[in-house]
Amino acid sequence: MKRKNRWLLPEGIEELLPEPAARLERLRREILDLYASWGYQMVIPPFVDYLDSLLTGTGHDLDLRTFKLIDQLSGRLLGLRADMTPQVARIDAHGLKREAPSRLCYIGTVLHTRPEGFSASRSPLQVGAELFGHAGAESDVEILQLMVETLALTGIEDLYIDLGHVGIYRGLARDAQLDAGQEALLFDALQRKAIPEIEEFLAGMALSTAQRERLAGLATLNGEREVLRRARDLLAGSSEGVMAALDNLEHIADLAARHLPEVTLHFDLAELRGYQYQTGVVFAAFVADRGQEIARGGRYDDIGRVFGVARPATGFSTDLRTLMELGARQWPAPAGGILAPAENDAALDERVRELRAAGETVVRQLPGQGGSIAETGCDRMLRWNGSEWTVESLGN
Amino acid sequence: MSDTLTIALSKGRIFKETLPLLAHAGIEPVDDPETSRKLILDTNQDDVKLVIIRASDVPTYVEYGAADLGVAGKDVLMEHGGGGLYEPLDLRIACCKLMVAGREPWTPQTRRLRIASKYVNSARAYFAEQGQQVEIIKLYGSMELAPLVGLSDLIVDVVDTGNTLRANGLQPLDHIADISSRLVVNKASMKRKHARVQAFIDRIAEAVRQQQAA
Repeated sequence: MKRKNRWLLPEGIEELLPEPAARLERLRREILDLYASWGYQMVIPPFVDYLDSLLTGTGHDLDLRTFKLIDQLSGRLLGLRADMTPQVARIDAHGLKREAPSRLCYIGTVLHTRPEGFSASRSPLQVGAELFGHAGAESDVEILQLMVETLALTGIEDLYIDLGHVGIYRGLARDAQLDAGQEALLFDALQRKAIPEIEEFLAGMALSTAQRERLAGLATLNGEREVLRRARDLLAGSSEGVMAALDNLEHIADLAARHLPEVTLHFDLAELRGYQYQTGVVFAAFVADRGQEIARGGRYDDIGRVFGVARPATGFSTDLRTLMELGARQWPAPAGGILAPAENDAALDERVRELRAAGETVVRQLPGQGGSIAETGCDRMLRWNGSEWTVESLGN
Repeated sequence: MSDTLTIALSKGRIFKETLPLLAHAGIEPVDDPETSRKLILDTNQDDVKLVIIRASDVPTYVEYGAADLGVAGKDVLMEHGGGGLYEPLDLRIACCKLMVAGREPWTPQTRRLRIASKYVNSARAYFAEQGQQVEIIKLYGSMELAPLVGLSDLIVDVVDTGNTLRANGLQPLDHIADISSRLVVNKASMKRKHARVQAFIDRIAEAVRQQQAA
């Protein structure tokens, strides 16, 4: 690298200057306070962890996205976390071992070897909440509500929530006795709603007409609430698992419509994000003018099994940096500080102490300092009026 | 992007063959891209715009939501890879084949082959599937030249009539995939503008069926 490019940051890695940093920090605090008010306790998982525990229950995708290094103490592979969810699941399963539901939240930087989407960061600030120990629709909807409230805090409105359920495709694939390879092929075509490819694939399989129609129909089961009615017609006669998944999705849709009347719900039964570890409902949030999802979540029961306890689990996560960029929230201009002259005076020192204790920002001038007062971020100054130090406006 | 529907198209064959389909959906461009220098074309409908871009850029525009919909060849989509967009409809236009071609007569080699192509991902995947380790050379055009001047042993390219191949003393050797253009849709647009996008897809599907029947 040429010497003059020493300032250059690696691709997808950002730094925040004071103003955006202050906004981000304020948002971070507000979000954590919000979670606390819902009874979500914050946990701080480590930044680096054994690779196999980081990748528990997750797919090949996350493996590729994880930076790896070798631990010189144990000789084992370590990973820099690319997703905090499995770590939080471990905390619930191994660290807490509770009988009652656990509500946990977290915030921290995760690292990705490659960006996830268009101009996406490789160091998102992941924030999320997980609810362990309850298998019903109510916990999924609580998580959904918390996701919407998180987005609202950043000033994101006019939300579209996309709801799906991996149990439907999984059940249909099982009914059709697809092997893992076939299931993956069809999954890939379904993710692209590549109807010509799906039809070609199904034509080559020994399936009953009903099975073929159901699998092919999945790609068209998207749209508003009436999708669920169409799904009921199309899927009638499928195995119990498929119908239970559909019932579950409908129940969640009812609850979500009641608790989140301001949000537009969209249904897509072929949307299987996180298929490898999700086990139930999956959801994602979309906003206008953004071609990709901005937050996602869903149910992933039993991820804790390898850590000792298999518990139902549901949760969501998002990237706070993206949200801050997208949010329309108006931020007040940062309050100006008070400049204290560089004088050696006990009364001045005392006054500075008082003002700081009262919550003011007081900046001590340094002897012979350069630059303008504006650069110090101060709009007032301490002056000696003959009897005491008073705060005077610098005016503009 | 909020209220308008933006459709990404590439100039040339795809544009010409997409026009009748768009016409069936009631959409006609006001300008002709071959004569106009504009990159965003207005249509007879105020809230429908066409953007004219390079064929290989169509998936990128649509995936990231710069366009709601687009028309892209399966060759371009295979090369683009990933599950970032929806491709619900085969338009059955701009049909051709993705093929391996080489000099005539082709004598199989035992050493590692060099393959020239602009479809580097598709070429790599194809030869890997054949159990063959090859070296890929990325070129941007005039692929047929590469074997003639010793730059590569074989090429991977789309072949329509095969006339260019024959004129340069090459012959098609292996068939990789049948190519036709697909309607591609941005994932968020499909959800946010569902009724409109779905109605558009249905109209275009109808036009494709009619064309096939004719």
